[in-house]
Amino acid sequence: MLEARDLYCERDDRVLFQHLDFSLCAGQAIQVQGSNGSGKTTLLRILCGLNRDYRGDIRWQGQPVEKARADFRAQVFYLGHAPAINRRLSAAENLRWFCASRGVRAGNIRAALAAFNLQGYDDVPCYMMSAGQQRRVSLARMKLVPAAVWILDEPFTALDRKGVSELEGMLSDFVRSEGSLLLTTHHPLQMDCDVGIIDLDAGMRERGGV
Amino acid sequence: MTTEATAGLASVMGATIRRELLLAMRSPGDVINPLMFFIIAVTLFPLGGGVEDAFLATIAPGVIWVTALLAVMLSLDSLYRADYEDGSLEQLLMSPQPLYFLVLSKVFSHWLMACLPIIVLAPVLALMLKLPAAGIGALVISLALGTPILVLIGAIGMALTVGLSRSGLLLAVLILPLYVPVLIFGTGVVDAAINDMAYAGLLALMGAMLALAISLSPLAIVAALRISVN
Repeated sequence: MLEARDLYCERDDRVLFQHLDFSLCAGQAIQVQGSNGSGKTTLLRILCGLNRDYRGDIRWQGQPVEKARADFRAQVFYLGHAPAINRRLSAAENLRWFCASRGVRAGNIRAALAAFNLQGYDDVPCYMMSAGQQRRVSLARMKLVPAAVWILDEPFTALDRKGVSELEGMLSDFVRSEGSLLLTTHHPLQMDCDVGIIDLDAGMRERGGV
Repeated sequence: MTTEATAGLASVMGATIRRELLLAMRSPGDVINPLMFFIIAVTLFPLGGGVEDAFLATIAPGVIWVTALLAVMLSLDSLYRADYEDGSLEQLLMSPQPLYFLVLSKVFSHWLMACLPIIVLAPVLALMLKLPAAGIGALVISLALGTPILVLIGAIGMALTVGLSRSGLLLAVLILPLYVPVLIFGTGVVDAAINDMAYAGLLALMGAMLALAISLSPLAIVAALRISVN
């Protein structure tokens, strides 16, 4: 579905990655590994079209991603470092606007929040929530919009141990139902499906960097 | 475009406007600050410049227009700041919906909150500055046509500078030159009305500028936001 060929990116005269090839198919999960500053977030943002400072070829369903941009965006769910949750709005208001901004009818917001153990938090302003709870509101979005690809940047941040294992379960279910998953995390994954690895440090070692 | 797609677009725009209005209600300071600045600055002119009716009447159109312009600039900071900081802007740019309309509805709600109160209050302040009655209607119409242009142009500058921590001066340098024609035409309309001259032509020009701004600036805003997020 999503293919990258010969990706190259540098930042501040430092090569983050080069000759990077991979493809992400339906029902496949890939974990991007690398030490801090190795370019994991940059890679995900490039794939999402948020960062354009790269060379190489990104293809969506066999077409260059620039040409299939609208279809690509409709099929991708991206979770960034920032939660994309407005602290002055309540959980339900945030989710309702997110659905509307993607042109999706807001489904059962209560159920989506409940799936992340936020029963009864629908109308609580997000500034009154803890970091972990805000992260859960942010994650609840993936229950509401249909997407074929999930691109998640450190989805486990701020979650408690139970939350982590629940999220791992959800991710495994998604992959088993033919979803494509690309994620970064420093947490040792325990998922019931095969997880491919992209190691950004390996390229760095080959070039003799630290 | 199919009916379904049109309905979808309307609901996207409606939801965006509702969200922005809700946010403004939660933090009324963003709305009240520019309005208070407008009132205070206009009120200071008679105190500092003397209270002769003829003098006040001469400077009234310029004072109200310049102050309104500065109030709009002051209000712009809240336009994308929160969305940039919490990551909502990234999500907005990843939306499969046409960004043109998403951005346009955001700018429209900003105009509703920052400029509509100014337009409503302008006749009262104009009376205080002894603006002749003939000019008051023209003042309101010129502000109604001009302030959306100011917001649309300002939104481009704001979108370009939202990633910078201290963008105030840079923003002013970027957009003030583009504000000048609006200011000249705006005050021109009011002056013409006071002097009993025809001003329909000037209004038509301002209308044309507004049409141009509505059709082009959302494209520039989207491009600028992409650069800022990059």
